[in-house]
Amino acid sequence: MTTDHLTSPFGGPTEELPVMTAGEIDFAAIQRSDEFVRLRARLRRFVFPVSALFFAWYLVYVLLAAYARSFMSTELFGEINIGMLLGFLQFVSTGAITVWYVRFARTYIDPVSDHIRSQAGVADE
Amino acid sequence: MTTRVLAAGATGNPTLNTAVFLAFIVITLYVVYRASHANATAADYYAAGGNFTGVQNGIALSGDFLSAASFLGISGLISVYGYDGFLYSVGWVVAWLVGLLLIAERLRNTGRFTVGDVMSYRLRQRPIRAAAATATMVISFFYMLAQMAGAGGLVALLLNVHSRTGQSLVIVVVGIVMVLYVLVGGMKGTTWVQIIKAALLMVCITMITVFLLGKFGFSLSSILRTAAQSSPKGAAVLGPGTEYGASGTTRLDFVSLALALVLGICSLPHVLMRFYTVPDALQARRSVVSATWVLVVFYLCTLVVGFGAMALVGTNTILNAPGAANSAAPLLAFRIGGPVLLGLVAAVAFATILAVVAGLTLAASASFAHDIYASVIKHGDADPKTEVRVARLTAIVVGALAIGGGIAVNGQNVAYLVALALALAASANLPTMLYTIFWRRFNTTGALWSIYGGLGSCLLLILFSPLVSGSATSVFRGMDFHWFPLSNPGIVSIPLSFVFGYLGTWLSREPADEAKQAEMEVRALTGIAPNTRSSGEHQQTAS
Repeated sequence: MTTDHLTSPFGGPTEELPVMTAGEIDFAAIQRSDEFVRLRARLRRFVFPVSALFFAWYLVYVLLAAYARSFMSTELFGEINIGMLLGFLQFVSTGAITVWYVRFARTYIDPVSDHIRSQAGVADE
Repeated sequence: MTTRVLAAGATGNPTLNTAVFLAFIVITLYVVYRASHANATAADYYAAGGNFTGVQNGIALSGDFLSAASFLGISGLISVYGYDGFLYSVGWVVAWLVGLLLIAERLRNTGRFTVGDVMSYRLRQRPIRAAAATATMVISFFYMLAQMAGAGGLVALLLNVHSRTGQSLVIVVVGIVMVLYVLVGGMKGTTWVQIIKAALLMVCITMITVFLLGKFGFSLSSILRTAAQSSPKGAAVLGPGTEYGASGTTRLDFVSLALALVLGICSLPHVLMRFYTVPDALQARRSVVSATWVLVVFYLCTLVVGFGAMALVGTNTILNAPGAANSAAPLLAFRIGGPVLLGLVAAVAFATILAVVAGLTLAASASFAHDIYASVIKHGDADPKTEVRVARLTAIVVGALAIGGGIAVNGQNVAYLVALALALAASANLPTMLYTIFWRRFNTTGALWSIYGGLGSCLLLILFSPLVSGSATSVFRGMDFHWFPLSNPGIVSIPLSFVFGYLGTWLSREPADEAKQAEMEVRALTGIAPNTRSSGEHQQTAS
């Protein structure tokens, strides 16, 4: 029983799928397939620019905090100043990107990767 | 360490405090014991058999961060430096995007127990595993120092222990209890402790926040005003610069720290290892998402708690308490809820330290047993039972080292120490992880250059920084051999590590293993289970 992960010494998470049915998966062929190439391109077109975006926005915030003190200390309403507001906006943008990515992955990534996986002969759990 | 005695009763009744918190330890140890009843295999011990759900793991992940560093360290920094402390919170939250977008799912799909699993997937096993394990152990050690320093300060406050010897003794006891958690509980027990404690901590901090807001008429503005009035620095605490604005060097230091924060958090081995406790990539994604939400709420509360402590307790009282800035949150708890709330907050904070240190010990010992003992020494032929035994032995050694280190750094601000661990993690792990997942050409030489180059340059810069010598708060106060001006080396060592990885890859002209690269990339994106177990490691037949 290869599926019994409790008795398999190195039955880590990945081995819960029956190893035998995976048989001889031709990873190179999958990597060359149109479907996979599109999946990879799609994912990269999302994660790289979005990573660059949040990183740049974070750096702007940090540099402002370090080098533009009087600007950051400008009071907006009550004791809340621009620095506080920008800090909150970092929280907001992090939440927004998280939601955005989850939606993106659910719509464009998960169905395709599920399909490739089922094509490869590995049953979904 | 300050020897000044607090006003009588400022920290309540030590007996009551101790009772609340012993009760907590007994309860959690019992949970750990129950949870770990079937810790039969290596997979159970390191990765809880991959059986946690995304949300459970997300709460546990956030538990790793709702640690001494955040709850005590950051609220303390805010209570002393105001806005500059808040800057830490922002880095802590934004950092999760690195994990979400680039790392978590890919890692879950390609590794099993350790960072070394992913790094060595398509590269030469033994040298890479040795490098990855070295990095993991160094990073975990630094992170652990921070937690031990926090534990010392906290218990000192709670039990009103002022002498250096007494606090050292406390650190020893803390260390022993935490090793017990790991030995008995493994990953499953550790995860459950994280979940329980994260929930309790969130309840605590939300209650304190709501109470504070209520006291000030639900106006953040009014808390800020009162805080600024009671601070010796006045209104300046509401803007950036009270801590980092002094000179060009300190500003650059702050930028360096910010980089280490945002890039380091999702490169920490004990965080990465958490992604193995869930069954698939989707659950890994859910983990990050849940952790992000919990942390957003938490750090917004920290802002209120920090300024609240500044307003109600006062910066000077905080700085004079045992544990200095680290004791802001417990002092505030005492101020608003008396000894019971103090006992509760301190118990939760203490449990936090225990759980985080247990996680770190686990990461370090897993890395040694799985990457160095099983793969490098035994060439992948280790008996899994022996491997777990080695992991447990390593946990004891790591615990002992952490105790020694913790005593040495007792009194340093927890958040500073954590920032060093983050710089190390971002320098040693991040470039190799990203390159191996996303850059086809990347090879073994590149990885070795990047891991050792990043780790080495970072350690070297720390050694010659003002944190170690040459300033009033250095570890070696009498000596001065520092030449690197910044206390956080991230701004130099992180880019350097990326460059090392790139140069090493190109200069060695060693071709990447195309077949393994294909396998890794396909698995990373789709989660297809492996063909055969990779490259001869762990050729154990199922019993």
